[in-house]
Amino acid sequence: MSRSVHLDNGLKILVREIHTAPLVSVWCWYGVGSGDEAPGQTGVSHWVEHMNFKGTERIPRDEMKGIVERFGGTWNGYTWIDQTTYLETAGKEALDTLLFIEAERMAYGLYEPADCESERTVIISELQGGDNDPDQLLDTEVTASAFRAHPYRHPTIGWLEDLRSMSREDLFGHYRRHYTPGNATLVVVGAVDTDDVLKRAGVHFGRIPAAPVPERRRAAEPPQRGERRVIVERQGATAYLKFAWHAPAALDPDFCAMLVLDAALTGAKGLNLWTSFRGAPPQRRARLYTALVEGGVASSVSGALLATRDPFVYNVSLTVMDGVALETVEDAALCAIETVREKGLTEDEVARAKRQLRARMVFENDSVTNVAHQIGYFETVVGPGYLEALGSKLQAVTAAQVADVAARLLSKDRRTVGWFQPLKERP
Amino acid sequence: VKAAVTAGLAPERAVLPNGTTVLVQETTFSPAVTFSVAVRGGGLYEPAALPGLAWFTGRVIDRGTASRSADAIAEALDDRGVTLKASTSRHLITLSCTCLSEDFAEVLALVADAARHAAFHPEEVEKRRAETVTAIRQDQDSPGVRASEMLQASLYGGDHPYGRPAKGTIGSVEKFTRADLIALHAARFAPSATMVIVAGDVRVPDAITLVDRVFGDWHAAHPEERPVPPVPRHTVRHERRILMPDKSQSDIAYGFTSINRLDPAYCSYWMMNTILGQFGLGGRLAENIREKQGMAYYAFSSFDPSLGPGPLMIRAGVDPANVERALAAIDDEVGTFGREGATAQEIADTRRFLIGSIPRMLENNSSIATFLQTVEFFGLGLDYDRRLPALLEAVTLEDVNDAAASVLDPSRACVSVAGPEPPA
Repeated sequence: MSRSVHLDNGLKILVREIHTAPLVSVWCWYGVGSGDEAPGQTGVSHWVEHMNFKGTERIPRDEMKGIVERFGGTWNGYTWIDQTTYLETAGKEALDTLLFIEAERMAYGLYEPADCESERTVIISELQGGDNDPDQLLDTEVTASAFRAHPYRHPTIGWLEDLRSMSREDLFGHYRRHYTPGNATLVVVGAVDTDDVLKRAGVHFGRIPAAPVPERRRAAEPPQRGERRVIVERQGATAYLKFAWHAPAALDPDFCAMLVLDAALTGAKGLNLWTSFRGAPPQRRARLYTALVEGGVASSVSGALLATRDPFVYNVSLTVMDGVALETVEDAALCAIETVREKGLTEDEVARAKRQLRARMVFENDSVTNVAHQIGYFETVVGPGYLEALGSKLQAVTAAQVADVAARLLSKDRRTVGWFQPLKERP
Repeated sequence: VKAAVTAGLAPERAVLPNGTTVLVQETTFSPAVTFSVAVRGGGLYEPAALPGLAWFTGRVIDRGTASRSADAIAEALDDRGVTLKASTSRHLITLSCTCLSEDFAEVLALVADAARHAAFHPEEVEKRRAETVTAIRQDQDSPGVRASEMLQASLYGGDHPYGRPAKGTIGSVEKFTRADLIALHAARFAPSATMVIVAGDVRVPDAITLVDRVFGDWHAAHPEERPVPPVPRHTVRHERRILMPDKSQSDIAYGFTSINRLDPAYCSYWMMNTILGQFGLGGRLAENIREKQGMAYYAFSSFDPSLGPGPLMIRAGVDPANVERALAAIDDEVGTFGREGATAQEIADTRRFLIGSIPRMLENNSSIATFLQTVEFFGLGLDYDRRLPALLEAVTLEDVNDAAASVLDPSRACVSVAGPEPPA
């Protein structure tokens, strides 16, 4: 089990000892993501994440590269709708250096104007690379259509227009507001001694003064009153279809039943955003796979339900089989969904979905990096105690509860339907 | 066992009387097992007239056997939360998965059945054919895939097994018959061409017994080995462009043919590639193209030697207006490294990084299984992870500079770019 401690400045520290390999994984999580951004400032959280690899008061920019590598380590970071996080996994002797790096990142970033400018074009390149993928392009349009008020509507990378207009002061202001000890959680997992970690973390982070924790005030999304549709037409070779239904937030009592429903519809992914969503789920008997892929109208189907702070969307994405019309696939998918809404799932299907989730939760915790991600993700996005209780809550879900969420939550007036219609020639 | 993994791997290797090779590494950090069944039946072995047949075999092989229907296999896998993956490389078709320890015996039996007794039912062939055609169309719409595939074709020639696209072409996929699949399977799938790699929470003798139970009674003649056709070494630069007007970004693939995995210079090339395009965000390439010039989100190189000389490939995604600037930057980094070599500091940092990475590379069951499959395929020895530090220590600055000088020359590079036209 993890030990949990607060420093006087408000930083929360979670440590779990795992001694199977001589490694340590250090993650520093911040309670800020693209869901906390104002109009005109979309993408600022992600851009700030990029800037936080660019050198600090005590780590010159040129020395940033190579510090972790000299311990055989790897490093990274990511930003999503509710959180921003930074990680290093390296030989256990790197512990003190990794804590030093994260403390520097929290409070002493430089934000040199030239670095801000050069990163602007890197991020625009990241955005344009994503736009090369029709499925990702469609996802952006569908999510933007599903939300009218809530900031989950804009992509984490931001709108291109905002990326072109934001200034160094916008970035630095966002950094100083949100990167405070009280808005952060430090997670350390690996071949460490907990007392030693706490002592060292106290030295590195204890010098950072306490600061106000920004309130996370987000516009509530008004109820959707009818199906929405978006059609993207572009040159391309393959058609894509995407559904987005408003989904329960992690703390909503419907969340676990919805997760079981998703497993029965498209195969269980598990709950680890860092690892589980990279590999294909077990889905050969899943409802939508048998109806659409085995049915010969789609070449792939996937579902995505993630634990989020506010209600986000449940996505079902389909690649349309070559030569099949989008209408045909949409009709077949909605027919399968309506059957589940009317009749529910069999006891066998629910039992299989729960077994899959149990197995995936074992598979997705197979390294110190993955264990540390799960601890930090749920602490930051949902709050203490949630992850520990999740396994048994999932196993307690009944077929009746799954039928109920299917009937209530997958209704027509809660959904957005997106088409990517490939054109042979440019419009 | 904990101590064993901490100090390095201690796999056991057995060869069954029929020639099947088994490698097992016991671990205890998670109640799960990752295993793979890899057969020497990859792209090298498909008829030249049927490119993509090996890849397609992987798509159909687990969709029904002589005694199990596709539905029964689907049920057995899904009930246990198991995703069975078939991957086809130039040399191997590999079936791999992770399961709970309690399910290992049954899932292993199922995968062995698929490898040995695949039925290639006609309706499954048709379904997977339609999926494959769609997947090829998706590839054709991806600037990254288009640029990489065109580079492979430039480097090796479009008919070479290392040069043709793994999935084949729509024309070839439409021609495959059930008889073609059965013929490739009959010709290449045999116990002596098969290795079974197991890493996870299972006792070594139990694992070997289980493998013997499901593979031990398999008898088939040893397939004749097929050499990798000769690989050209380019003497002049080749540049090719693919126009994809509606895309937002251009993808660059730039590279050379290099050495094979068993070449004594392997570790020198590995270190050279790490310095060029891996260390940190992407070595010297990312430092120049991303960090200094802000031109790309990704710029890196990869080095993928096999039984034949593998490619050393540089990749970058840039704004269409910046293609020429990015190519100039790549030429500059490649040319400078080839002429002037690395610095002593780069060698020291890279060596520490690669040696220090070994425990992380071998942290979980799937990474251990992948590593052991490489060890077995190339015959590197069961103690390879423990010998690697010394092999890397032995590489000198001159060795890395020799490697760089022998391959990094912009005037011999193959270059391909896929994307929209640059703005006028």
